[in-house]
Amino acid sequence: MDFPILSSLILLPSIGALFLLFANESTTKSRQTIKYVALFVAFVNFFISIYLWNLFDKSTFEFQFIEEKQWLKGFINYKVGVDGISILFIILTTFITPLCIISVNNSIKSRIKDFLIAILVMESLMIGVFCSLDLVVFYLFFEGGLIPMFLIIGIWGGDRRVYSAFKFFLYTLLGSVLMLIAIIVIYLTSGTTDVVKLYEIGIDSNFQNLLWLAFFSSFAVKTPMWPVHTWLPDAHVEAPTAGSVLLAAILLKMAGYGFLRFSIGLFPIASELFTPLIYFLSLIAIIYTSLVALMQEDMKKLVAYSSVAHMGFVTLGIFTFKQQGLEGSIIQMISHGLVSAALFLLVGVVYDRIHSRLIETYGGLVSVMPKYSILLMIFTLAAIGLPGTSGFIGEFLILMGVFQDSFLVATIASLGVILGAAYMLWLYKRVIFGKLINNDLLKISDLDKSELFILVSLALPTLFFGFYPEPLLNTIEVSVSNLIEIYNYNLNISGNNNG
Amino acid sequence: MDNLNFIYPEIFISISIMFLLILGVFKKKSSSLISNLSILALFGALVLIFNYPTNTNLEIFHGDYKIDFISSYMKILTILSGIFVLITSSKFLKIFKIFQIEYPILILCSILGMFVMISSNDLIVFYIGLELQSLALYVLASFNRDHTKSSEAGLKYFVLSALSSGLLLYGCSLIYGFTGTTNFDEISIIMNNNQYGLTFGIVFILVGLAFKISAVPFHMWAPDVYEGSPTSVTLFFAVAPKIAALTVFIRFLYVPFINVIEQWQLIIVFLSVGSMVFGAIAAIGQKNLKRLIAYSSIGHMGYALAGLCTGTIEGVQSSVLYISIYLVMNFGFFSCLFMLKRNNIYHEDIDDLSGLSKNHPLIALSLLIILFSLAGIPPLAGFFAKFYIFKAVLEQSMYYLAIIGLLSTVIAAFYYLRIVKIMYFDSEKGKYDTDYSLGLRFTLTLTTILILFYFIYPSKLIEIVSKINII
Repeated sequence: MDFPILSSLILLPSIGALFLLFANESTTKSRQTIKYVALFVAFVNFFISIYLWNLFDKSTFEFQFIEEKQWLKGFINYKVGVDGISILFIILTTFITPLCIISVNNSIKSRIKDFLIAILVMESLMIGVFCSLDLVVFYLFFEGGLIPMFLIIGIWGGDRRVYSAFKFFLYTLLGSVLMLIAIIVIYLTSGTTDVVKLYEIGIDSNFQNLLWLAFFSSFAVKTPMWPVHTWLPDAHVEAPTAGSVLLAAILLKMAGYGFLRFSIGLFPIASELFTPLIYFLSLIAIIYTSLVALMQEDMKKLVAYSSVAHMGFVTLGIFTFKQQGLEGSIIQMISHGLVSAALFLLVGVVYDRIHSRLIETYGGLVSVMPKYSILLMIFTLAAIGLPGTSGFIGEFLILMGVFQDSFLVATIASLGVILGAAYMLWLYKRVIFGKLINNDLLKISDLDKSELFILVSLALPTLFFGFYPEPLLNTIEVSVSNLIEIYNYNLNISGNNNG
Repeated sequence: MDNLNFIYPEIFISISIMFLLILGVFKKKSSSLISNLSILALFGALVLIFNYPTNTNLEIFHGDYKIDFISSYMKILTILSGIFVLITSSKFLKIFKIFQIEYPILILCSILGMFVMISSNDLIVFYIGLELQSLALYVLASFNRDHTKSSEAGLKYFVLSALSSGLLLYGCSLIYGFTGTTNFDEISIIMNNNQYGLTFGIVFILVGLAFKISAVPFHMWAPDVYEGSPTSVTLFFAVAPKIAALTVFIRFLYVPFINVIEQWQLIIVFLSVGSMVFGAIAAIGQKNLKRLIAYSSIGHMGYALAGLCTGTIEGVQSSVLYISIYLVMNFGFFSCLFMLKRNNIYHEDIDDLSGLSKNHPLIALSLLIILFSLAGIPPLAGFFAKFYIFKAVLEQSMYYLAIIGLLSTVIAAFYYLRIVKIMYFDSEKGKYDTDYSLGLRFTLTLTTILILFYFIYPSKLIEIVSKINII
């Protein structure tokens, strides 16, 4: 592979952002142009990533399109590459970003240029996270994402935006600095931070527990897991719609991806040891945040809490170390990426019109916004995990994986599914059905063309992969089974060394 | 006489100082000319330093003066800071009506002192260099003499600095008393673990040096002096003396006393931890940008010292790398400060930055990048500086130091974020003048680009720094 396709995927949005930086946004027309340029860049990136998927060889677990360049001399190489797992996340990123840019029309009123720059830089960093094969390079992209996200929440957010932005930044930074120490320690003990090499040589079993905890502290905050999830509702509620979409659809997935790629593969002994902890925290997240979501009066907060619950399923599935559990987690993440993005956009649609996120403001929308009601129905059902939506595939596989491990855990997790149905359907009932009491709602207009386009393009894959998940499963299957093999292999060598 | 061949830069600067002084006396209103000629003189010295072959390792004047890679490197940094200070400050000084011929000459004098400090391999030579640079700095601190705060800054700096010089001299005399020599190399041969008096000597000298780089608990002068001095002098304070003092730190600890590392390591760890934590916490409550940067520089010195306390060559290299990147970030930050001018009044409160991103988007963006870099967020240059420090620290298994250091970056991130918040989230105030001088524009653009794109090719600087070998 001669053409550096991954690096161009990473760089292209940033170059686009650099162009925008010097653009003039004084007139409406120039603002339109800026938007089109950003959209163009995002779409080009999307098509490149689809092309990448096309070229991708699904029959091998090896990393593909590897690029390696000397970076910090004699120490760390810039190394990127994709396997079946990361390519899906890259496509998710490049798919969601243009939709975010389209949604800017209604939700962002001021400083559109700066917003688009932040989004494009963000896209670069997120793609970087998903394809970096070196711990330091990963850390660079992982942490770099804080800067644009801080600005997105802080500049374009709601009333308590400053508080939320600070909370988001400091929480995640605190989690991540410990990971940085762990990365340096890995380098000093193993002599490399190249993930592929580390998979082969394994990590000294004496260090694994502490290193695992250090990585966990970072990923747990970003996932977010209970009890460090409290930044998420604040950040979501205050972020503008496009920001919430990015946050929920992609940023949260970086941590899940981190668990998959690093925690399991690099620290098998520690992962096995701490599995009860993860199970415990995930179950609390599923049950507790579902209950909290049930009591929310703010629609956006409700969706935010549901994200925490869904991510609880993801961590549960990852730490089963079973084929079904891991595949389920990956599909759940992709599906949650689509569904939560759509739900935040749907909340954004009514917020832009009525400027209220309180559930009690609404009611009876079905008579004035029929299209909206249908789409909200689809995504509500997908969030619940109804068969025929992508949400079902993920949850079903995860629960299957968990059942093999522990009956009790699976039973409690299943309760979470029921609670999920309760809060989502109750939300739907209160917003869409009932009597139209609020007079403001009479004048409300249904979805316009761009909103319809965004939501339909999110609905199509949700339904398609719900009925036919084969393309996704096909892509990840070999990589997942290889990951489990690496896990078992490292577990055995480390075990033997100890014995 | 052969020895003189190797101190051309020092000789050149001395002659330039004398020539410029005479020129200033005979030619009225020649401030601009002298300032420009000083810049030229510094460039001349730069060329002379580049003339040395990179593998020079010479001891001249009976081993009292050392020309090696680290001395050349640090001298280059000092000269660069001198040049940047001179090219950014002329407009500032003109507005304060203190653009006088003494200003560039004093800066040259203190640079000469720093040169002597950097190259010294002997306690007495080192002390002479230190006093030369300090005397020039006292005057510079109170350069805006009609202004109470500036005079106060100069006086405060003088009194406290004299005290620390006294302690330092006392330490020197103790060391001389116990070893019978002042030369670093000879001390290292005579060194004997059991001499407690010698340990006292080391402690006193470390106190004196810690004062010069404003490490906690010898930092008290820094915020007041930073705030009171004219901003262009503050910039000089923030970078140049620290480069020189850090070099002396390195030479002093690693040449004569490397074998008694257990005696001084804990002291440096204490200074380092104190500076990192205190710098981070004390800066939170500040309202004045210059005071804030004073506390921030205290914190940054803590990181540089963390590299030094490892006792390894990697640690020294990481400290030197840190100070180099710190230098660039400070130039950027101060260039932004110089741009906050409205109707010939310079604003230096944090609240004056309010809404800067709307009126001056490019300055705000540059400042944003510089601040995040100071906070050590990847992928900016400041991250790499910290990364190498922590790598060196962890190599020596000093986990507690790394953890404290990284936790204080999180605390420090808070006050940097607060500035970003004020620039980006708050509503705008009036516009600032946009008649920046060319030097200012150049400095800000250059530093921002260096910080932002450092990650693309980080190896070069590391390669240069890794040539440092002092033992």
